[in-house]
Amino acid sequence: MGLNKKDFTLLLIVAILCLFAPFILNPFPEGSALAQFNAGYPDLMQRLVIFGIFAIGFNILFGLTGYLSFGHAAFLGVGSYAAIWMMKLLTMNVIPAIVVSVLVAGVFSLLVGWISLRRSGIYFSILTLAFAQMSYSLAYSVLTPITGGETGLQPKVDDPRILDRVLEISTSQRANLFGLDMNTSHVVRLGDWAFTFNAGYYLAAIVMLVAFYISIRIFRSPFGMMLRAVKSNQQRLNYTGLNSKPYTLAAFVISGMYAGLAGGLLVAMDTQVGAERMFWTASGEVVLMTILGGAGTLIGPVLGAGFIKYMENIVSKINKSILEQWFAFMPDGIEDLLITLVYPFIGKGWHLTLGILFMLVVIFLPGGLVEGGQRVGRLFKRKKPADDKPDGKTTPAE
Amino acid sequence: MSNMKLTRRGLIKTGAVAGATGLALPTYLRADGHAGFLNAPQGSTVTLGFNVPQSGPYADEGADELRAYELAVEHLNGEGDGGMMNTFTSKALQGNGILGKKVEYVTGDTQTKSDAARASAKSMIEKDGAIMITGGSSSGVAVAVQALCQEAGVIFMAGLTHSNDTTGKDKRANGFRHFFNSYMSGAALAPVLQAAYGSDRKAYHLTADYNWGYTTEEAVRTSTEAMGWETVNTVLTPLTQTDFSSYIAPVLQSGADVLVLNHYGGNMVNSLTNAVQFGLRDKQVNGKNFEIVVPLYSRLMAKGAGANVKGIFGSTNWHWSLQDEGSKAFVKSFGTKYGFPPSQAAHTCYVQALLYADAVERAGTFNPCGVVEALEGFEFDGMGNGPTLYRAEDHQCFKDVLVVKGKEEPTSEFDLLEIVEVTPVEQVTYAPDHPQFAGGSLGTCNPGA
Repeated sequence: MGLNKKDFTLLLIVAILCLFAPFILNPFPEGSALAQFNAGYPDLMQRLVIFGIFAIGFNILFGLTGYLSFGHAAFLGVGSYAAIWMMKLLTMNVIPAIVVSVLVAGVFSLLVGWISLRRSGIYFSILTLAFAQMSYSLAYSVLTPITGGETGLQPKVDDPRILDRVLEISTSQRANLFGLDMNTSHVVRLGDWAFTFNAGYYLAAIVMLVAFYISIRIFRSPFGMMLRAVKSNQQRLNYTGLNSKPYTLAAFVISGMYAGLAGGLLVAMDTQVGAERMFWTASGEVVLMTILGGAGTLIGPVLGAGFIKYMENIVSKINKSILEQWFAFMPDGIEDLLITLVYPFIGKGWHLTLGILFMLVVIFLPGGLVEGGQRVGRLFKRKKPADDKPDGKTTPAE
Repeated sequence: MSNMKLTRRGLIKTGAVAGATGLALPTYLRADGHAGFLNAPQGSTVTLGFNVPQSGPYADEGADELRAYELAVEHLNGEGDGGMMNTFTSKALQGNGILGKKVEYVTGDTQTKSDAARASAKSMIEKDGAIMITGGSSSGVAVAVQALCQEAGVIFMAGLTHSNDTTGKDKRANGFRHFFNSYMSGAALAPVLQAAYGSDRKAYHLTADYNWGYTTEEAVRTSTEAMGWETVNTVLTPLTQTDFSSYIAPVLQSGADVLVLNHYGGNMVNSLTNAVQFGLRDKQVNGKNFEIVVPLYSRLMAKGAGANVKGIFGSTNWHWSLQDEGSKAFVKSFGTKYGFPPSQAAHTCYVQALLYADAVERAGTFNPCGVVEALEGFEFDGMGNGPTLYRAEDHQCFKDVLVVKGKEEPTSEFDLLEIVEVTPVEQVTYAPDHPQFAGGSLGTCNPGA
């Protein structure tokens, strides 16, 4: 596949993780106190891989060229709107929706990139941020007839859906892949455990693997090398007589298309678009994901995306009555004290927990979660050579 | 135990049999077996999903909604004083949970974003097995979650959502709204405004630039123009605007003598404060006193705007100072538990939870289609709004609407609004195919299986 052994192993690991995610993310039996931490339900699994794609794409721009785009959510949003319109006009099959979302996001990012890339550094970031906020405002109010404004867009019973009507496929308003409903789930019960296998999740996971593979190829290609050169010293690169703009623009468009793909998939899994998807906090979130996981690394952004989405969906749902259940076995005074101490960090306080963890990671692990993994790995590696060092007990001194 | 030999072959055999029995019992989520609908309650409990904004601009409303839901769950399970269950005309609820199953609940944060709200609602449905989703404090979220519940096959009981679209062009068979809407605000306000300010007025609208703003402006404009007012100008203001002085200044030059603020939440607090600071209310235009109108009022907003709300007209769904038995019972049990009176958001959410539970009891099943049937055309009283009808055609509640005015001499921080008129339901009723609501269809109920 054109990969060296190490990259192939990485791809294989990611593939295995994706395949067995329903097991890995559901480690606790149903009904137990820890079941709260189970993340193996379709919606979250889908989000984990889709935002993984988004972060992988962002990392191609930020990790390789060092250009910090603060407006990537706009491409995600544009992709989503393109996808939902395909579903409203053509067919509920997800293929046209996904393909068109990638193309539309590509064209839009070409436009934005062509203008924004005239500047670098903070000016570039501000320009992209301005474009994204502009897109958000347009979608939220000015273009309400096209975007649905605040209420967003959903497929409706009386949408044209030309292809579905002509081919007389079905009149259902569910996203499907040639008749396979994206919501179809198969639940396997093993004792107290329930594992959910969802069609939409596996489609998204396959797309994520392809996206991950392409990203590895870009990282290892001469093109990727050129992007890294831009990051280390763009001025010197320009002085050698090389025009770096086509490279940065290409990277920008590629990462915009990744964002569009993620947007299209979001619609394919959950047929709804709202303008908030393009808000600047959404752009900031992908930056957080990439930095948290490890910018410039292959697997880092995926880990970061998973981490943030997990926090958002799991920690935010713990409420006071659940805390009371957890600490119920303790004496009253201690129970109340613990609840008071923990309460600010759960439920609506999940942002606080995420913020603290983010600070800890940035301060102690500047390379993100990947660096954490490497450190743990090194911890074990260093022990091994220590065992067979010649100056151990086994070797005589003289 | 000499005959219990553990052979390799034996171990493999037992393992295979055990594995096969485990794996041979797959159940399809969609089909969910015997019950015939999604998330049929198993065992002795039933799970409801309370999806409210806990962060973002409407966090205050969200917190109050959650308090109301917790109170409702208490009452449904037979704890506390029973609140409005005692005054509710339907006596199906026994105080032993719903259909004998103890009510449990899960909560989520909508963040007032449709994506986050749907993610949170989906996790309630997919992970926690919630049979009904309720709550929310904005129309965008209500429409998004309503569409999700329709697709998934659970009931959605809308919280605070005032836009016409929720039961208009975006209505769904599985979704129900108790709260009133923009049209009702306009229809209720117009006669009161005519009586107070006359029928020869020139109105200037400042409108929040999103769907709710548009529908409210349209509703108020149509009703006021029908009684002879003239609309001088309508200006859209960005939702994120915090300083409205640049929008207020042109109002004086326009020759208008009434300013209508189609704003909600922080928007309204800021625009009203700006308008009052500009001295609009002390001006004389066309020989008349300049007046300001706020179509949708809430106590939390009145609190934010402080003394500026004095004497300003608006409409509201419910107010804690109402003296009917239902309102008194609700205010009493809410006040006993939390120490202050409930807001209109809390009221509508509490009522929605009770209405759902009651519909399940009357239908005798948790099946969403049964619940839809029980709620459609349901007439009830004793819930604080007088006789109320859940109309079958669009799943909108029809009841009296309150026209309120900022109190001149408030006695406490909660006593900010006084009720000017209770507009009777006939005056705010409209045809299901009214132009402001046209373009949607309910579809059919979806039990999710």
